[in-house]
Amino acid sequence: MANRLLFLGILAATAWAADPPTDPTETPVVPPELTVPEAEGLAAFSDIYRVTQSPRCMNCHPAGDAPLQTDLSIPHSMGVTRNSVYVGLMCSTCHRSKGLGHTLPHLPPADPHWRMPDAIQGFQGRTEAELCRQLADPEQTGDRNLDALTEHVRTDHLLMTSWHSGRTPPPISHGALVKRFEAWAAAGGPCPSE
Amino acid sequence: MKLNVNGESVEVEVSEDTPLLWVLRDHLQLTGTKFGCGVAQCGACTVHLEGAPLRSCVTPVHEVVDKDITTIEGVGRDGLNPVQQAWIDHAVPQCGYCQSGQIMSAIALLRFKPDPTDDDIDAAMSGNICRCGTYPRIRKAIQAAAAQLREADGE
Repeated sequence: MANRLLFLGILAATAWAADPPTDPTETPVVPPELTVPEAEGLAAFSDIYRVTQSPRCMNCHPAGDAPLQTDLSIPHSMGVTRNSVYVGLMCSTCHRSKGLGHTLPHLPPADPHWRMPDAIQGFQGRTEAELCRQLADPEQTGDRNLDALTEHVRTDHLLMTSWHSGRTPPPISHGALVKRFEAWAAAGGPCPSE
Repeated sequence: MKLNVNGESVEVEVSEDTPLLWVLRDHLQLTGTKFGCGVAQCGACTVHLEGAPLRSCVTPVHEVVDKDITTIEGVGRDGLNPVQQAWIDHAVPQCGYCQSGQIMSAIALLRFKPDPTDDDIDAAMSGNICRCGTYPRIRKAIQAAAAQLREADGE
């Protein structure tokens, strides 16, 4: 019995002392270095929040299934919802990839990837704190961490139509928004309390 | 510029931002597709691109080069499509101006949803406006065509 306990003790000690298994192809996970103070990150998110609540962003990120339109954020005409694609009415039926909407007023704005985000990615009706927690949670951003989210904001051309399709643009420039995301991410994605 | 329209390859000489609708109507004389509003709000100009509905009035022709385009003329070439037959059976058209667009959207709907509810029909067809207000007849005709297509499929 004593021998058995001794064997188990040695086994446990060995397991405790052993290095964790390493995979040479795996990059070690190192907590990101926070290079921006929390207060600055919070201020950056305030600006991000203002942008998300502008019609150009919120109209495609509504609380419900219907996209919104115009600066009044009224439901999309023709009863369009995120489910319309299942009956053959695609966003691309009217929103073309480089459609004439780029050049003429009153036409549907155009982009090759015109689409709605997932239902859990709504911006409408969220408080600043709620939306901050949402955007900081990769499970609610299509598996994007803060850096990937920043990259999405920097490069997604559908998102950039908000600034160049002739409609009222968001309250700050696209370049300024990218900088706010960089600052928020570098601060570790801090969120305001309620 | 080379286009595939109703199964045929055609060459057109137009500037690349010409709306597809004008290429169909003015250059290919396929005048079954109608001009309604010119801003993708009424559905009269609906054609199919690779089987999915498309508003040809807001589509620059360079976007559809080498892709399969089907117009109302291409739908009934080998005998009436069940949707067209149902349109006749239920006397759907009144003035008739919107009907080619309506039929193109209805065919696409039944391709995506062979057994549509009235709500599905409303969701799919709400971008096609009928100034004569024949919506109840449109709904009935689509249900009838759906039943006929299901029967033909052996259901």
